[in-house]
Amino acid sequence: MIDELLLTVLLTSVPLILAATGELVAEKSGVLNLGVEGMMLMGAVAAFGAALVSGSPYLGIISGGLAGIATAAVFALFTLGLATNQVATGLALTIFGTGLSGLIGAPLVGQAIEGLPEFHIAVLAQIPVLGAAFKLDIMAYGCILMVSLTAWFLASTRAGLILRSVGVNHDSAHALGYPVLVIRSLAVLFGGFMAGLGGAYLPLVLTPHWAEGMTAGRGWIALALVVFASWRPWRLVAGAILFGGVTIMQLAGQAKGWTIPPQFLSMLPYLATIFVLVFISSRGRNYFGAPAHLGRVFHPTR
Amino acid sequence: MKKLFTKLALAGAMLGLSLSAAQADPLKVGFVYLTNPGDHGWTYAHEVGRQELQAHFGDKVETSYVENVPEGPDAARVIRELAAQGNKVIFTTSFGYMDPTIRVAKEYPNVHFDHITGYKRSANVATGNIRFYEGRYVQGVVAGLTTKSNKIGYLGAFPIPEVIQGINSFARGLRSVNKDATIKVVWVNSWYDPVKESDAAKVLIAEGADVLAQHTDSPAMLQTAEKAGVKGFGQSSDMHKFAPNAQLFSSVNNWGPYYIEQVQKVMDGEWSTGEGPDHWAGNTWKGIGDDFLVLTEFKNMPADVAKAATAARDGIAKGSLNIFEGPMMDNQGNAILKSGEVLDDGGLWAMNYYVEGVEGKIPN
Repeated sequence: MIDELLLTVLLTSVPLILAATGELVAEKSGVLNLGVEGMMLMGAVAAFGAALVSGSPYLGIISGGLAGIATAAVFALFTLGLATNQVATGLALTIFGTGLSGLIGAPLVGQAIEGLPEFHIAVLAQIPVLGAAFKLDIMAYGCILMVSLTAWFLASTRAGLILRSVGVNHDSAHALGYPVLVIRSLAVLFGGFMAGLGGAYLPLVLTPHWAEGMTAGRGWIALALVVFASWRPWRLVAGAILFGGVTIMQLAGQAKGWTIPPQFLSMLPYLATIFVLVFISSRGRNYFGAPAHLGRVFHPTR
Repeated sequence: MKKLFTKLALAGAMLGLSLSAAQADPLKVGFVYLTNPGDHGWTYAHEVGRQELQAHFGDKVETSYVENVPEGPDAARVIRELAAQGNKVIFTTSFGYMDPTIRVAKEYPNVHFDHITGYKRSANVATGNIRFYEGRYVQGVVAGLTTKSNKIGYLGAFPIPEVIQGINSFARGLRSVNKDATIKVVWVNSWYDPVKESDAAKVLIAEGADVLAQHTDSPAMLQTAEKAGVKGFGQSSDMHKFAPNAQLFSSVNNWGPYYIEQVQKVMDGEWSTGEGPDHWAGNTWKGIGDDFLVLTEFKNMPADVAKAATAARDGIAKGSLNIFEGPMMDNQGNAILKSGEVLDDGGLWAMNYYVEGVEGKIPN
């Protein structure tokens, strides 16, 4: 009973963790991409289409990631290549991704696929309650691997330090000779890749069908999570599980007949995000690791 | 962002209409859709109806639609635009278009408006609806004969009268064959959120439910049921493709006959809205008996259960079975109907209680 609920919480968190990890890297480099929802949908439709046509959900994972990269490339071209406003372009990317995925996906509506199989890790899956964490699929395990790599990359590698420096002050990084736009482009493409995988997780694991707008706002939750986690990868995992946990708790609470209004519980994660935002602004952005040049357009001086 | 889509769609619709205006004058019929026809649910069913209408009348009618129209002030603009383009019949296909439809109808007294699922009528606004709850009674009968745990899981979108009707009708069917079974309702607070619907289904299965019903739009619940090896019912369209072993049957909304009937009336000059606002006259509310609601084949159940389901369906169709006939108690033990009393349509829309067999309270 409890382990089933725990498993549901973990599964619900995976797409959020994937998409938010990508956005975290993009934001650390100083680019705010509000198009996560659009990139997720593109990933979802590509993953479903590829899995349906080829019969292999693994091919679905790859095409989901690639579709995310392709969508992010559009964003990079505009915001970095043509120096457009990031907020406006990000919103446009969400509209673009929602519309295009609906168009591409129109013939896919009403179809169903097998989805990814579960891999139970021997012995560990037998542990009561916590064993749920070892009854997942390859993408969920891969998701934890990606978070580990991202945390390590940002904190302990030279390349990670350069990426962060671009986000903190692009003019200084430029003066030091770092290719600001190239670094940011790569970060944005990585963000697209992860958002695409996050989107792909929906039709490949959670609900093996395609329907227009099936992410139903999860891209926006991923964006909120990055702030909630104050730009730290492991806090992001904790935040996603908390978000997922509250969602499942309010559903389970209704089934168990608790008297807490479900609307109140649905509201909690967003309330928590607002509190974190207030807290961050009261202590100063840098204290919590917010990149100082987040969302600023970079004009090379020479 | 939906504004932009609406504008584009309208521009596209206008272009399409002006190109074909050269032909002999067909009757123009416009539709306003809440989502896009690709939702495989509510709007999809309307789109099927529109195509049937077009096929039935051929080049005597010219239909067009605007999709993704949000409920609210924007809706009035879209409806007005359709009227201005010369549409003589306009179907607005979601509850939230009620007030905008009434408002625009005043400005265009010569246009016939038809609002789906609403209750406000005027001189040129009629309303049409399907007795969705009839299918849910049959679901209840099948659920009651199928469940082993005597726990039924029910996904609701929002606690509005239409959904409450459905739950209560389901409970009446359930209790008619199984006095021990109860319904656990979980509100998803969305018409369409596949992941959340799937989560809610998992939670209900973890709570011991072995038959699931839904009043939300995606096939996610059935897919979850299929994976977990429990049974369930589809919504709005046939979903057996998503759950070949889990779907017992699906209630399909069949709008085609209504659209054809109403347009025929306009052509014959017999279209009317009854006596005016807030009367039941002028409202079309039909169900299984008139093929407005069609039940798909009874599958994945033993022959005797399918037989009981068929009997319930035919009973409702013929009128020999009345779902809300006394004695009827609410789930707090208060008598709602005495023996022999029957709930009228007004009573159906005023349901603010769960009947016997449903657990918990309606959230306020």
